[in-house]
Amino acid sequence: MNEVFSQTYEIRGNDFQNAGKVSTDIKTLLKQLGIRPEIIRKVAIACYEAEMNIVMYAKIGTMRMDIDTEKIKITVSDQGPGIADIELAMTEGYSTATQEMREMGFGAGMGLPNIKKNSDEFKIESTLGIGTKLEITIFIN
Amino acid sequence: MLLSEIAKILSCEIFSCRENLDCEIQYGCASDLMSDVLAFSQPGAVLLTGLVNPQTIHTAYISEIKAIVFVRGKKPQEDVTELAESKSIPLLSTNYSMYEACGLLYKAGLESTMEYIPPNSSKKSFNSSS
Repeated sequence: MNEVFSQTYEIRGNDFQNAGKVSTDIKTLLKQLGIRPEIIRKVAIACYEAEMNIVMYAKIGTMRMDIDTEKIKITVSDQGPGIADIELAMTEGYSTATQEMREMGFGAGMGLPNIKKNSDEFKIESTLGIGTKLEITIFIN
Repeated sequence: MLLSEIAKILSCEIFSCRENLDCEIQYGCASDLMSDVLAFSQPGAVLLTGLVNPQTIHTAYISEIKAIVFVRGKKPQEDVTELAESKSIPLLSTNYSMYEACGLLYKAGLESTMEYIPPNSSKKSFNSSS
């Protein structure tokens, strides 16, 4: 891999005050790097949904972005409850969100399906009681 | 349609980025669910919402929403206004309800950001375009 840029961000669970900051910072950075707007939008939406999932459900997590000349890869790992039924969690409209999360405008059951929709390649692994890992790849060209 | 026309139609009060009122708005989008805005909106839309918090601004910035109109007379707090200023997103407020505000803009010719899916379509939801 011909890596040209890599950065890791930490995201804290339940930190609603800063929720969204990492994804908006990533978007601003991608604009500065001159990535095409339609690619930036896909990356930003996938990152924001993943960031909100960490804030809403996990204790702590990291978001690592690797950019090379062909693709942007986002790896999201969290320490949290994990997902019991990944197939069900990938169903549009299925949600385990609390009232507080819904009041923030989230928890419509669109998060994971929307991450997948905006990804060219998407992998999800989860272990109950341990956490969840997402690998999101979006090709630049 | 220019944002200034939208402001006039909805008798809006303006809270941020007054200098951007001459921007062109291509679509209208209305939701209190930011998840749905992220999933279904297109770049270049105005967002009508009753949700006034920082997530509304983050969602707009991420989704390339050009401006936000808060309905039912809701007004943003200072932290929300400052965040919108930093992202160059105009914030407006109208006393119209969501239903009335959408109706007025639709009547004035502003297109919906979401594709209409006819009954019995093979498409299962708005975002199953692929």
